[in-house]
Amino acid sequence: MSVKNTVDPDLSARLDELRDTYGDSVKVEDVADVVGSLMSTMQGDVSSTDMELYSELESLASYIHSAKAEIASLRPDEVKDKYLTSASDELDAIVEATADATNNIMDATEIIEAVMDEVEPEAAAKLMAGTTKIYEACTFQDITGQRITKVVGALQHIEEKVDALIAAFGSEIDKFKEANPDPEAEGPKEITDDDLLDGPQLDGQGKSQQDIDALLASFD
Amino acid sequence: MAVDPNMPVLIVDDYKTMLRIIRNLLRQLGFTNIEDATDGSQALQKLRQANFDLIISDWNMEPMTGLQLLREVRADAKLKHIPFIMVTAESKSENVIAAKEAGVSNYIVKPFNAETLKGKMVSVIGDF
Repeated sequence: MSVKNTVDPDLSARLDELRDTYGDSVKVEDVADVVGSLMSTMQGDVSSTDMELYSELESLASYIHSAKAEIASLRPDEVKDKYLTSASDELDAIVEATADATNNIMDATEIIEAVMDEVEPEAAAKLMAGTTKIYEACTFQDITGQRITKVVGALQHIEEKVDALIAAFGSEIDKFKEANPDPEAEGPKEITDDDLLDGPQLDGQGKSQQDIDALLASFD
Repeated sequence: MAVDPNMPVLIVDDYKTMLRIIRNLLRQLGFTNIEDATDGSQALQKLRQANFDLIISDWNMEPMTGLQLLREVRADAKLKHIPFIMVTAESKSENVIAAKEAGVSNYIVKPFNAETLKGKMVSVIGDF
């Protein structure tokens, strides 16, 4: 049943005006404005059907408003910038570190393998069995690499969804940020023991051994 | 007739570490004539430039996957006779069926050991 068939011609005309302004497809963030515009034009004698519609629209506007505020308070922008990006970088670093470690293990194994020609056959056979086991074990890097690549793909998918959420609720998020400023952005704070535990640093984020030696030496 | 350990073998994998592992395992099995490629299209190019008696290929590679390489090999009159072993982490039955339908000679699931590799090679090229 269409609205046009149940509301009076004046209200129908107002709905047409709104359609001219906003089109048939209204963005989530504009819905409250549309409902507000409609309510602000409703005056004078109205029918019981109009009143029912008015009431429904009012509760819808209120629901949308509180839903927007709740979603904004979850800070999807922070989820994306602070956590998703960091998770992807950490996973890439794992792949890189395991690849480096595997290649170092292989380098060492090839050196051991080269000794086989210089020892008795019995010892050579033992070295062969041992090095074969090492090569077999090194296949873990390929499997973990592929599994991590799948997780990175899943994170990218989540990031796209979060981007869509940020695009839809951008202005609400800005309002929430204004009302609830990030304490870290307000200036330096005292570092706690928990702040000092952040796991291994990504390349370029931590200090090298030389930097640390220099820092320690600066206390002397 | 025993297999010639100098037979040319082409190994294909986009993980350089994996190529190195397979190369070393093959060397331990006595094979010395090993070439490698990092995806299906590079492998196809090498297959058309030189003779190979065995292909050992990964599946999940870009731009050309191992399955696409297998189909290209089987569709090429000069290459279609070459035994083709798929070595992959893809272990679902539909993958095995698709590979079989495309003409794979045998199928190894990663991670694998040297014994499995040797067993599958013996099944497609004969004892060595």
